[in-house]
Amino acid sequence: MSEDIIELIKKNVIQGRVTQDDEGIEEGMVGQPGVTELIKEALASDVDVSGIINKGLTASMEVVGQKFENEEYYIPDMLASAEAVGAAMEILEPHLAKSGVKPKGKILIATVKGDMHDIGKNIVSILLRGAGYMVKDLGNDVETGDIVEAVREEKPDFLGLSALLTSTMVNMEDTIKALKENGLRDRVKIIIGGAPLSQEYAESIGADGYGADGFHAISVIESLNSGDSLDS
Amino acid sequence: MPREGILISNPLERLSGEQVRQIHDASIEILNDPGLLCFNKKAAEIFQSRGAKVAGVSGSDTPCWTVKIPEKLVTGALDSAPKTVTLGARNPDNALIMKGDEPRVFFITGSETNMWLDVDFPTYVNKSDPGKEIKVPEFQPRRGMVADLCDSAHVCEHLESVDGYIRTVNIQDKDITGDNKDVNKFFACLNNTTKHVMSGLTSLNQLDNVVKMAEMIAGGPDKLKENPIISFITCLVKSPLQFVDDTTETFMEVCQRGLPIVVSSSPQAGTSAPIKEAGIMAQINAEVLAGITLGQLVNRGTPVLYGSVPVRARMDTLGDSYGSIETSQYNIDCVQMARFYKLPNYSTSGVCDTKIPGQQSSIERLFSDIVVTLSGPQFLHCAFGLLDCNSVFCLLQAVLDDTHFQMIKFFLKSPRINEQELETVKKQIREVVATPQKMFINYIRPVMRSGEISPPYPFEGDGDSDSVFALANERLQELRAKPVEHIDPDTTARIFREIPGLLPRLNVYKGER
Repeated sequence: MSEDIIELIKKNVIQGRVTQDDEGIEEGMVGQPGVTELIKEALASDVDVSGIINKGLTASMEVVGQKFENEEYYIPDMLASAEAVGAAMEILEPHLAKSGVKPKGKILIATVKGDMHDIGKNIVSILLRGAGYMVKDLGNDVETGDIVEAVREEKPDFLGLSALLTSTMVNMEDTIKALKENGLRDRVKIIIGGAPLSQEYAESIGADGYGADGFHAISVIESLNSGDSLDS
Repeated sequence: MPREGILISNPLERLSGEQVRQIHDASIEILNDPGLLCFNKKAAEIFQSRGAKVAGVSGSDTPCWTVKIPEKLVTGALDSAPKTVTLGARNPDNALIMKGDEPRVFFITGSETNMWLDVDFPTYVNKSDPGKEIKVPEFQPRRGMVADLCDSAHVCEHLESVDGYIRTVNIQDKDITGDNKDVNKFFACLNNTTKHVMSGLTSLNQLDNVVKMAEMIAGGPDKLKENPIISFITCLVKSPLQFVDDTTETFMEVCQRGLPIVVSSSPQAGTSAPIKEAGIMAQINAEVLAGITLGQLVNRGTPVLYGSVPVRARMDTLGDSYGSIETSQYNIDCVQMARFYKLPNYSTSGVCDTKIPGQQSSIERLFSDIVVTLSGPQFLHCAFGLLDCNSVFCLLQAVLDDTHFQMIKFFLKSPRINEQELETVKKQIREVVATPQKMFINYIRPVMRSGEISPPYPFEGDGDSDSVFALANERLQELRAKPVEHIDPDTTARIFREIPGLLPRLNVYKGER
């Protein structure tokens, strides 16, 4: 039973189906349980949570990654699968502690003050959830003070800051300064991303990392999480 | 099912209805005054016997006659010329049905060039930093050979957007002579593509052998009539307004056999035609009408295409400037004239002035490819791979051109807007606006796999370098490695037994039996 349902979860993550209403890639899947329905069913059947995560969610994302590498899948497919994993993790979150599963980390993410552009930030959020991180999205055009308060309250492991405009990217430096002034800078790793940014800019404003795109952002965070070099 | 081509729903037109009529009237007047100089006696006699005013020209080195064609001969020919022309193919699924009043475009290769352009990618080392190397395409021209023609037909068989094949390179092997060139070039084409094959004829005495070969492949004379796997192109009228002796003879012989033929005229604005648009249009239209009229007098109902290859002269050399903007304007005007007569049109695009593939080549050819396609010619001789006007052929360029035409065909797909689509997207918009992330990405996937989204440029580099030529060359090698459906062994054996002059090395079954 547990193997069967984990296999179904895996299949539906690969198909990128969050709920039973989603089409997926194969024909005729609408109406069949999606990842959220299957996760709930698995929990009701006392299927081991670590098994769901490792054999169902993580293993399926490895398959999706391979398909992407082989150009069989495109970014919308990756995002759909990541969204399915994110939805699954949301349901599983209350059960992680008692199952002995350690969360990968908590991330706050925001588009900085003055900037309304949030497509990149949203994509990164989905991918991070799909990679098993807990993500709190603060939205766009977020006041510097609000970011500082959120870091104080949420105690995240990482802070992701996004900007599309050269005129708003300067607010990233202001945010980092404000975190320093409030004694919070050392509590959180800061990663920045956005079209006008670069590794050099990240270093110049004292950020811990720069994500060139969504996938790169994950690898940077994974490096920071494991204590590896930040230059990758 | 024949090939679909691409139907242009709202063809681009430059001329008003009144301007079309004015050009027609001017052409009719030109056909009567000054009329044409005719260097072919038989043609002059045919015109005279049907009411044209024909008079010998005194003092000419070669015998010639002035032929003043009355309007009634022209209108009679326009009535009898078929309004639908079928160009068959060895694979019937590759047949092309061209209706004069339907702007459905088919993309065809050609013309015949003397030079073949090889490409190589030697490595260059940076003098100041020897560790830095790049591969740069180098192009080397050489005389075209029959093996190149086979290679070209083979690759064009696999180029998705190529609907038909005009031989691309003049075969200049040492063992090719005036007496065996036609059979070898037609066989090389027919044996390496299952698409329609069109060519000019070098020697009229080879016409029967070429037709006999086509009949064997098609399954007999009647089958060839039903499915004309070959057609011909002749420039019987040399600009300005001269029936050339030998090509006019060839033209009349082809017409008598009832096979499809293009009546092509290629005046150059500024030298062999007036530089003004009105002038070149009135003249080219008169020249094509004269050819069509002769064809219908020779064999009423013979299938003809209104062929137009107008070009503007370069101001620096007075050579052809196919890359000039006016050349595209003239071609579009000709498409309108042919449509006015409800005759299928053979038009030209994609010929560039530059000698090698590169930015100028891409800009010149893509510009004319887009605008002339939009005008809706039925037979678009779109110069796949042609460079240096009509002098050089490069297969790498043909692969690039195929990509251009796939883009153009995608652009010309009909809008996908209807009540059902709008209901679906209104629901999507309402759903997405209610979500925190407000993104439509989830709806991309089914559309992405339905073919509704245009593919990325296939030769895109990594962003730091331009890899177009290298990637296109990889694609070319893949196409070369794909098999081609050759003519079957029995038919091939019969062709080699009964058609004189074929080069034994073209028999792909040689040694197998």
